[in-house]
Amino acid sequence: MDVSINKHFLITNEAVDIQEVVDKVSDRNAGAINTFIGTVREMTKGKKTLYLKYDAYIPMAEKKLEQIGDEILKDFPEAKVAITHRIGELAISDIAVVIAVSTPHRNDAFTASRYAIERIKEIVPIWKKEHWDDGEKWMGDQLETKSYPSGKPSEEDLS
Amino acid sequence: MIKILLFAELAEKAGKGEIEMDANTKTIYEIKNSLLKVYPQLTGLQTAMPAINEEYAEEQDEAKSGDTVAFIPPVSGG
Repeated sequence: MDVSINKHFLITNEAVDIQEVVDKVSDRNAGAINTFIGTVREMTKGKKTLYLKYDAYIPMAEKKLEQIGDEILKDFPEAKVAITHRIGELAISDIAVVIAVSTPHRNDAFTASRYAIERIKEIVPIWKKEHWDDGEKWMGDQLETKSYPSGKPSEEDLS
Repeated sequence: MIKILLFAELAEKAGKGEIEMDANTKTIYEIKNSLLKVYPQLTGLQTAMPAINEEYAEEQDEAKSGDTVAFIPPVSGG
């Protein structure tokens, strides 16, 4: 039996089933379920991606996803959070990450799911390798994500 | 024995993702320097975030035998 089905914070090699992630946060007291779906983009600054490869430090990545869930619960105690991130080789338009947050009122669900994706890009040990027709590169400090001039997140980022 | 894990570019440059270091206790700083002596190509260690047993750590933190130390290059998930 696949035990991963009940895990709210999951790194997987399989395609992500959006409904499965949503079902994990469904709640009779929820008035809203917000989902964020991160997909593989073809063009970045004029450069064409052929496919991506994601790698992760799986046990720590799942721990850090769970930490993000705990951080959300501090602000929104009635929230339910589930996050699944896929690793391995992904094609253009494939789903890389699904975040689902349910809360009694919609505003909190929007805020929390936004928080979760930004936080993933700060503290969760997952790496993306871009493959182009003229080469490949492990991506680190991308312009659209937070960069670490000192080489690592500040205490504040990690706390 | 301290287990060292490398990821992404660091693993590629080292040619492996796992290294065992024969030591009882060592600070992250000392581990980095020992690694650089054997693998001078791992310049990315300077911008990697260290972790001990799956929690982020600081340069001066000590790892002891049985611990797992990971060097985490800038992350790019999502």
